[in-house]
Amino acid sequence: MSVAERIREKLNAALSPETLEVKDESHLHAGHAGARPGGESHFRLRVVAAAFEGKTRVARQRLVNAALKDELAGPVHALAMATLTPSEAAAE
Amino acid sequence: MNANAAHDAIKAKVDANDVMLFMKGTPQFPQCGFSAAVVQILDYLGVEFGSENVLADDAIRQGVKEFSDWPTIPQLYVKGEFVGGCDIIKEMFEKGELRPFLEEKGVALATA
Repeated sequence: MSVAERIREKLNAALSPETLEVKDESHLHAGHAGARPGGESHFRLRVVAAAFEGKTRVARQRLVNAALKDELAGPVHALAMATLTPSEAAAE
Repeated sequence: MNANAAHDAIKAKVDANDVMLFMKGTPQFPQCGFSAAVVQILDYLGVEFGSENVLADDAIRQGVKEFSDWPTIPQLYVKGEFVGGCDIIKEMFEKGELRPFLEEKGVALATA
């Protein structure tokens, strides 16, 4: 399973997001420290989940980071993310 | 530096600087786009801040991740409180929340 697929699977299990976008941006960091041949080191997420309701930005990102603990300790060098509640996403 | 010494060094930095940024590289020569983005925002707001290059010391680099249970760098602290990493600082800035937040915390800003 690719790293992107594992990210998707773990976030689906942890947060049941309404929308989940997982973008591999490793090509933007080619040659940079932490980049690996084959990519899958730098990701950008957009997660829309009711689980974020009433939570601070830090708390929301902590939920995502906790779900991806193994990936962050391993192949994932950088993880950028937008964490939105369904109503925030609708207002965008 | 061992883990305890790193924790103490991080705590001392956070306590000594109203605004403290743990980053990769230095404000003059950031070595990571995410760190560079936070420096740019702080400079734009005219905030004076302390910084620590985590690439210079692996114990600090690992320690700061444990310090706030936050796995990524950069990390911004204001008056001893962990505020967030690049995404959060960028979002607060873009939504116009960062300046009032810093003002409320009593951080000196260049007047716009």
